[in-house]
Amino acid sequence: MGEVTLTNVSKRFNIRIDGQVQKVNALSHVAFSVADGELVALIGPSGCGKTTALRIIMGLETPTTGQVSVDGVAINGCGYDRGIVFQHAELLPWLTAYENVAFALEMKGVRGAVLKDTAMRYLDLVGLTKSVNRRPYQLSGGMQQRVGIARALAIDPKVLLMDEPFGALDAQTREQMQGELLEIQARTKKTVIFVTHDLDEAVLLADRVVVMRDGRVSEILNVDLPRPRTDIEAIRGMAAYADLRFRLWKSLHAPSVSTQKLESVN
Amino acid sequence: MSAIIDQAAIKSSADEDGFVEPAERKIPKFVLTLISVFVALVLWEIAGRRVNPIFASYPSAIAVAFWELARTGALWSATYDSLRPFVLGYGIAILIGAPLGLLLGRYAVFEALFGIYVTAGFAMPLVALVPLLTLWLGLGFAVKVTIIFLMSVFPICINTWLGVRAVPKSLIEVGRALVAPNSVILRRIVFPATLPYIVAGMKLAIGRAVVAMIIAEFFTAISGLGAIIINSANNFDTATMFVPIVVLVVLAIGLTSFIGFVERKLAPWQAEIAGRNEA
Repeated sequence: MGEVTLTNVSKRFNIRIDGQVQKVNALSHVAFSVADGELVALIGPSGCGKTTALRIIMGLETPTTGQVSVDGVAINGCGYDRGIVFQHAELLPWLTAYENVAFALEMKGVRGAVLKDTAMRYLDLVGLTKSVNRRPYQLSGGMQQRVGIARALAIDPKVLLMDEPFGALDAQTREQMQGELLEIQARTKKTVIFVTHDLDEAVLLADRVVVMRDGRVSEILNVDLPRPRTDIEAIRGMAAYADLRFRLWKSLHAPSVSTQKLESVN
Repeated sequence: MSAIIDQAAIKSSADEDGFVEPAERKIPKFVLTLISVFVALVLWEIAGRRVNPIFASYPSAIAVAFWELARTGALWSATYDSLRPFVLGYGIAILIGAPLGLLLGRYAVFEALFGIYVTAGFAMPLVALVPLLTLWLGLGFAVKVTIIFLMSVFPICINTWLGVRAVPKSLIEVGRALVAPNSVILRRIVFPATLPYIVAGMKLAIGRAVVAMIIAEFFTAISGLGAIIINSANNFDTATMFVPIVVLVVLAIGLTSFIGFVERKLAPWQAEIAGRNEA
């Protein structure tokens, strides 16, 4: 199981600009739920609060109001029921690829032969068996992110959270990794919530796309493309794909509430 | 004919992928350093010979004085007397300075309570406290260790402290996301990430520890290399006075390179990040 529910989640940051404290509402009354085994994309322009929402689900930030629950239980900080893949992998630079994955397992209390087997199994899952003894700076960006995914999956979370996981990769590597993520998800049946600003990525990977604007959920789109979608070429050629992508594009480019206000003032 | 021979030569040096390693033509760095030192010594020799030997000395005269001190064994026993408090004082400074810096950088309350003493201690003219320290601890071994410790602990501590503050929040979050307790985050994430700063602090502290050692030997029981400096200066034997100074400089350079060597063994990733690993 891995059902995630956000109830009335708001987040207010106090930031200091030129000595003046300003209140910024990063999230306002966000509510949506993600079913077990579902792939959900959070999309929106930068500053819309999508990363903040993901960090709150992970437990790295506490919401100002509202709550997040996993399988009906309200979360309290980070937990092994959720695993996160950061935008820039964030591997510990003094550890090898293997040690980075082993570190996560060790934190969870896994030891000995089980630790070794599990770490190697997940490195194998992301296709990294040959480079396990390399340190992060001896790995390419795509390989680093693979280690990041293996580290997040190794603790066997119910929910995999990904913060623009392929955003820093080149176009070809990104497509390859998207295909691999689809395969991994098909095999492990994990619930996946990922943040992206890439329309194609959202439509290609997700079952539903949550569109966010100014800290609010503005629309939730169902992506009723057939699965498995591992044949990316076939999916991209579908008329339904182009249609969904266009609808998403329109949703993102509709004039927002705040711009309308500005225009009426002018 | 010669073209064929050249081809064969290239083929023989190519590896299995067909790559030919370019021939190394750069002069090794230590050779450059040796040339630089040699030129400096020659210039010193030429300039030093033109000056009254009471006011200055020059390498060949210092070498003769060195041989004299080494032959009688006075130099070695003095070096041993100096190094004992040095090693102990400097060692304690590392063992206390680094953990203290980690705590100061990691815990805001600890920093607010005790940070000010570390900042003050670093800036304080510790030489002025030497008479007081001799009143408390006497003239012997203990006071020398204390002076060396006090002079070297603060650079190590402050550097570690700054290093902890520079650890990216994102690396700490890796630990937090894995529900690691604070103590584990400190030991397994903050400490390794701070290691280059700790080593830099240890290198800075060597210079201060050497100064502290000589101050201790001047102002407490006159002994060790400091005693040779004072006695020969009083006898206007400038060449002999330079011998312990040269010995100390050589020891400090050796210790600094040794720490650098240990750092490369313990923290090879740092050289990779900075791109210094092009071997």
